[in-house]
Amino acid sequence: MLILHCPNCGVMADETELTAGGEAHIKRETVGSDDAAFEQYLFQRENPRGVHFERWRHTSGCGKWFHAARCTASLEVFGTYPAQTVEPPKEITDKITAKRPGWSWRSFS
Amino acid sequence: MKKYSAFAIAREAARYHQGWERAWAKRAPKAKYDVIIVGAGGHGLATAYYLGKNFGITNVAVIEKGWLGGGNTGRNTTIIRSNYLQDPSAAIYEKARSLYENLSQDLNYNIMFSPRGVIMLAQTHHEVRGYQRTAHANALQGVKTEWISPSQVKKLVPIMNIEGPRYPVLGGLWQARGGTARHDAVAWGYARACSDMGMDIIQQTEVTAIKREGGKVTGVSTTRGDIACDKLGIVVAGHSGVLADMAGFRLPIESVPLQALVSEPIKPCMDVVVMANTVHGYMSQSDKGEMVIGGGTDSHNAYTQRGSFHHIEETVRALCETFPMLSRLKMLRQWGGIVDVTGDRSPILSKTPVDGVFINCGWGTGGFKAIPGSGWGMAELIAKGHSPLTDEFGLDRFVEGRFIDESVAAGVAH
Ligand SMILES: Cc1cc2nc3c(=O)[nH]c(=O)nc-3n(C[C@H](O)[C@H](O)[C@H](O)COP(=O)(O)OP(=O)(O)OC[C@H]3O[C@@H](n4cnc5c(N)ncnc54)[C@H](O)[C@@H]3O)c2cc1C
Ligand SMILES: [Zn+2]
Repeated sequence: MLILHCPNCGVMADETELTAGGEAHIKRETVGSDDAAFEQYLFQRENPRGVHFERWRHTSGCGKWFHAARCTASLEVFGTYPAQTVEPPKEITDKITAKRPGWSWRSFS
Repeated sequence: MKKYSAFAIAREAARYHQGWERAWAKRAPKAKYDVIIVGAGGHGLATAYYLGKNFGITNVAVIEKGWLGGGNTGRNTTIIRSNYLQDPSAAIYEKARSLYENLSQDLNYNIMFSPRGVIMLAQTHHEVRGYQRTAHANALQGVKTEWISPSQVKKLVPIMNIEGPRYPVLGGLWQARGGTARHDAVAWGYARACSDMGMDIIQQTEVTAIKREGGKVTGVSTTRGDIACDKLGIVVAGHSGVLADMAGFRLPIESVPLQALVSEPIKPCMDVVVMANTVHGYMSQSDKGEMVIGGGTDSHNAYTQRGSFHHIEETVRALCETFPMLSRLKMLRQWGGIVDVTGDRSPILSKTPVDGVFINCGWGTGGFKAIPGSGWGMAELIAKGHSPLTDEFGLDRFVEGRFIDESVAAGVAH
């Protein structure tokens, strides 16, 4: 079972306490965006075999959202961080680079 | 290829079974093919088969990184039905189901199609309305299904407790010509027929790059060298995103593990397939006597073919309420496959942004039943550029907002 540290309340939470919220750091489109941009925002996903940034909600705990960096091939968790950000913190990306050299993710890597 | 028949069994028995030929040839890759299919699962092999059978295109290679049928095709719970809601779905799933009826004869390979009937249980009022609507839609589509009462359900499945405290059975959607087939045999039968047409099935060879020139595909790189092609079909289920990335585009797909398990073998006790979507469980009894049980998908993306254990616990707990006798059974094995899920729970059979590259994916939790129809349509799409079976399932539907919403029909993994 996946166990994630909730950065909001500090609990080590079992997967059954959490709700997966899908890919993180998606750019939200709005009025004025064209169809192609909306398609990217609503449907297109990275879905990598490897490093994945994702949203989680501590549903049966503090109820708040947070982000996690995780490997979808090994299920290794590189770290969790608050949701109020557009990029993962440097200590997490450094950790990923050390373990998965050459990883990339859309705009940052 | 020597035909399989009762006579062949007698002949080979007389020779102490020393004379059976290999079902498919083991060949080294050629330098170039007209069409390369990536992925020797059911959908990839069926695509190759109908390219040869319906369009005479036989300079074809099917490249597989593991062993053929070792992906989801060899991991599913083999339920076959066509009682979907939307017209394009009914067309392709019913095409597949009807091809399954004669597939053993067509391939000269016993795929053990068993049209034993499939019930989808309604255990909430929402499901009652949903399935009655599907039954009406199916009537208009020419797919024979029927809404049946709780007592009819009980008659078909005497081991079921229809008065469970949490989820009583309120009726069911019954498709009498749905059923099961032997999943490995479907892959093996298509592979044997493809090999017989002169196609190359290249196992233990992973595609690692897709080569392009001026927006058009020219070939693939593999762990056994480069191979050129005019057209490329990507048919890799859970790994679709990985292959799309090699070709430089993204997909509206997320890959998640889906699990199944089987019990110890017991005497025959249930001769239909039962799906209980509310409690996320579905079950049939195999010819060996094992109860074959399908569970739910993990909530998060992963490529590990195992899945989280708590889903097994939830599935079994829920099924024990509906089938009390299950509580006495030991479970033998559990496994997982990586399923490719789209937002509208419908597949993608489409051209792609790269000229000459076609993709067949998004079958998610329920593509075994579709293998013959999908191969039929995909072959036409590759050969002619479009097919009445696949036209509605293009990638463009996500730009146009023209979804084929099957989240009710596919409400559970199946
Ligand atoms: C537990 C479970 C239960 C299911 N139950 C049902 C059911 O009851 N009824 C139903 O209709 N459907 C069911 N399904 C869904 C069904 O199994 C799939 O939709 C279907 O088998 C997909 O077939 P495929 O040929 O597209 O993929 P697969 O059989 O997965 O084949 C894809 C192949 O591509 C290969 N591949 C991947 N990457 C590469 C590469 N880079 N190079 C070369 N080869 C590559 C893989 O090794 C694999 O063999 C279930 C699935 C699971 C996991
Ligand atoms: Zn918390």
